[in-house]
Amino acid sequence: MSQILDEDQRIIEFDVRTDEMLVNMGPQHPSTHGVLRLVLRTDGEIVSEMEPHIGYLHRCAEKIGENLTARQWIPYTDRMDYLAAMNMNLGWALTVEKLLRYQVSEKARHLRVLITELNRIASHLVGMGAYGLDLGTFSPFLYAFREREKLLDLFEEVCGARLTYSYITVGGMTADLPPGWLQRCEAFLDQFEPVIREYHTLLTTNAIFVKRTANIGVLSPEMAIDYGCTGPVLRGSGVDIDLRRDGESIYTAMYDGYAFEVAVMKNGHYPRDHEYPAVPRDAVLGDCWHRFFVRMLEVVQSMDLVRQSIDRYSQCKGPLGEPLKLAEKLPAGDAYLETECPKGQMGFYLVSDGTSIPWRVRARSSAFSNLAVSPELCRGCLIADVPAVIGSLDVVMGEIDR
Amino acid sequence: MRGTDFVSELEAAVEGAVIGRELETLDPWLAISPDKLLETCRWLKESCEVRFDGLQCITAIDWLETDPKKASKVEWEPHTELVYHLWSTKARASLVLKVKLPRWKDDQQGQLPEVSSVESVWRGADWHEREVFDLSGIRFLGHPDLRRILCPEDWDGYPLRKDYEMPLEYHGMRGR
Amino acid sequence: MAEFLIETMGFPAWLSWTAIAGLSAFLILNVIAGGALVFIWAERKIAARIQDRLGPTRTGGRFGWLQSLADGIKLLAKEDLMPDGADALLFRIAPYVSFCASFCAFIALPFAFDVVGQRLNVGVFFVVAVLGLEVFGVILAGYASASKWSLFGAMREAAQVVSYEVPLGMCVVVPVMLAGSMDLVTIGEKQAGWASNWFIFHDPFTFIIFWVYYTCALASVNRAPFDLAEAESELVAGFHTEYSGLRWSFFFMAEYGSMFLVSALAAILFLGAWNGPIPVSQLLGLSDGMAANAPYALRLLGCINLFLKATAGVLVMMWIRWTLPRLRIDQVMTTCLKYCTPIAAAMFAGVMLWQLFLPGGLIAGSFQNAAGVREGWLEQSNNQDPDNEDALSDILPSRRIVEVSR
Repeated sequence: MSQILDEDQRIIEFDVRTDEMLVNMGPQHPSTHGVLRLVLRTDGEIVSEMEPHIGYLHRCAEKIGENLTARQWIPYTDRMDYLAAMNMNLGWALTVEKLLRYQVSEKARHLRVLITELNRIASHLVGMGAYGLDLGTFSPFLYAFREREKLLDLFEEVCGARLTYSYITVGGMTADLPPGWLQRCEAFLDQFEPVIREYHTLLTTNAIFVKRTANIGVLSPEMAIDYGCTGPVLRGSGVDIDLRRDGESIYTAMYDGYAFEVAVMKNGHYPRDHEYPAVPRDAVLGDCWHRFFVRMLEVVQSMDLVRQSIDRYSQCKGPLGEPLKLAEKLPAGDAYLETECPKGQMGFYLVSDGTSIPWRVRARSSAFSNLAVSPELCRGCLIADVPAVIGSLDVVMGEIDR
Repeated sequence: MRGTDFVSELEAAVEGAVIGRELETLDPWLAISPDKLLETCRWLKESCEVRFDGLQCITAIDWLETDPKKASKVEWEPHTELVYHLWSTKARASLVLKVKLPRWKDDQQGQLPEVSSVESVWRGADWHEREVFDLSGIRFLGHPDLRRILCPEDWDGYPLRKDYEMPLEYHGMRGR
Repeated sequence: MAEFLIETMGFPAWLSWTAIAGLSAFLILNVIAGGALVFIWAERKIAARIQDRLGPTRTGGRFGWLQSLADGIKLLAKEDLMPDGADALLFRIAPYVSFCASFCAFIALPFAFDVVGQRLNVGVFFVVAVLGLEVFGVILAGYASASKWSLFGAMREAAQVVSYEVPLGMCVVVPVMLAGSMDLVTIGEKQAGWASNWFIFHDPFTFIIFWVYYTCALASVNRAPFDLAEAESELVAGFHTEYSGLRWSFFFMAEYGSMFLVSALAAILFLGAWNGPIPVSQLLGLSDGMAANAPYALRLLGCINLFLKATAGVLVMMWIRWTLPRLRIDQVMTTCLKYCTPIAAAMFAGVMLWQLFLPGGLIAGSFQNAAGVREGWLEQSNNQDPDNEDALSDILPSRRIVEVSR
């Protein structure tokens, strides 16, 4: 009996068998967020296997770090996640400060919160806009860039650069804020707040957008942790971890006294979810829609934090403090610190042999781990879902390839 | 992860695994014997009271002083050190494992040192081990697909080793 | 016109017909090409405005109105690239196949009463059928490009267009049923008078079916959110990935031509064709409401009317494109087979029942004007001499004129 069945199956298989095709998506492709190459094994429109190939942007920044002093490496961290360079600067600066057991002034602490949270907004705006682009709608991308442009203007005022800031440095900041900057920042926030509703209309609640993202690329919390996924990708799966609250004390001390709720779904609810569009019925925790929505919530959360930090910063009377010497001698030993960057938990590891030049530096990239899970998410999906999944992971190749 | 009882538990569970410790430093670490690494990791993830369910990072540090003047002054022998950063999502605790390996297997130049892969414990280790293999030249036994990840597949040498020299030429492109 | 040449000028028949055919072709070609230029410029401007940008501002003085011409010159000057593995012949002819299909459909499209390349008694059928041929150009392009992305695009286009022909055909049948003719000119004429005579306002079913038609038309000309064949975020550029220069621009001419065509068809079938919402000329006594007797100036106004309606349709397409994300292939198919087709079929049945039980409209007398027109039309066709090959005279009114003048 079983033999007959087997034989039948073979015949059926033979009847409908189609050849699989190997397709290269990238490294030059409109929706691979830089130079990512995805090798797809497709059966018609169905992707049976997907494998990312990375390294096209590899500069071996870690090797460069072994030849520079710790502070000199700051510009290289800019070029990792170039969409959130402030957060990268902060990660490395805090790691070095951890090894030095150095504490920045109160004023610098609040300024750091202010500037990194602003950069988080800018980074999420790109992530959001580019995600729209991945799904075939062009306008939200430009709406996002319009707002980001204003943020970049603010950043330009504080440090002269629009992308690679090197503003936060070991032991403090390179400069204080220019006069009148806080007012302009507040004006931006007031103007930006109603714009978020626009994004929700165009994307979050758009029927086609929901159809394209809900229940696509579902990442279970177990798998997310197993692969080391972090940041909005992890929180999109319902894991309640945010290093700003749960991280090491040197990092959480920065957020001491700040009130914020981690953007994660708990008991079927997002924090303050009555203010936002309802979760669509088709959406499953851990799918592309939730990852996207967590980013949208974090934009609002960051705005809150920025407002709080503006208050605190303007109340600080003391001096900002000078950053450490360019060739500050590092104590022998090692220090590892992860910070909550827009893309996830960015870790820096510093090994010192007692000179001012680190013996070894290591950057643990969040997008690297987040991308590693993508073959699992893309197995069996349609070709059109591949950009949807990759976009929802919000990867930046500069950080993955380092 | 502080507290010595946890370490003694580990020592009881995996005999001879812990060969050194430093629990009073910035990031407390345990030195693990290379042949007990996989067992230790599995215990830490599955049986330990604090489940270390996340592997954040694998780093290889090449301890080799290339400057002959300084080489005589350093107190360590040339070796490679693998550093594993683990963390527990439930307890928000982190732990560092350090594994000491020779720079070359059996001190034969060109023979990559070997250590067992922890990919079967944390799947996230897959890419991290590939990266360490690619840049620091350590062979992970039992890894399902150990290929170069960042450098081209036909690249020569291991860039993050201290004695690495940038090739003068690669496929007709000038290196220096 | 040909008759004029034959009768008055004494030209040989074959020469006059050829000359007139050439003239018509030239005019239609210019409508498409000129239309495409304007629409491409308009699309860029509209997209820019939707996205808080300015769009082209300098070319041609103000508003960048010469931008598409400048683009055309640039495309002309571009190298005509062909991939190594491409099937040379098919690769070269594919854009023309696409363009010709789009162009051919215009032959039967009336711009006003009798302002038509060739009046056909199966005009609707012809336009829909020929428009469907455009897919061959796309499939050829995708197949001949020797690129996997192009092939994906072509296969998607084939699946999509063929599926959407079904509901599209059903939608088109409704006005045909209401007018009792497949002749586009007749269908247009039936909607003369006030806007309430337009087929879209005929009954609730036609109102719904107009939107179904518009959706299907959007899908059959590959506009967002149904632009799967050239989905740039998935397939690089789909079927025209490997094309450059003028050949590439031919695809675009075809696309914009088709966009205009389906919009014009929507206007003729549902939105009163060349008739304005208020029958101004009739009220002023310039005509008796029958376009057949209208002077040429009124026909020209009719042309403008139709162009405005069709352009409005195209603009809405652009608006949709810059607002909505793209659907996935399975969702496109679901939309077609699970929603558009059953709705179209139900509406078709609904219109049929309405015609049976409420032929005069919901409020008696509100469609009097329409009824009057219909009566007039029936009278006109009855008045003709029964020996005069009634059916044929309907098809070829020009011949009727010839015969009358005898």
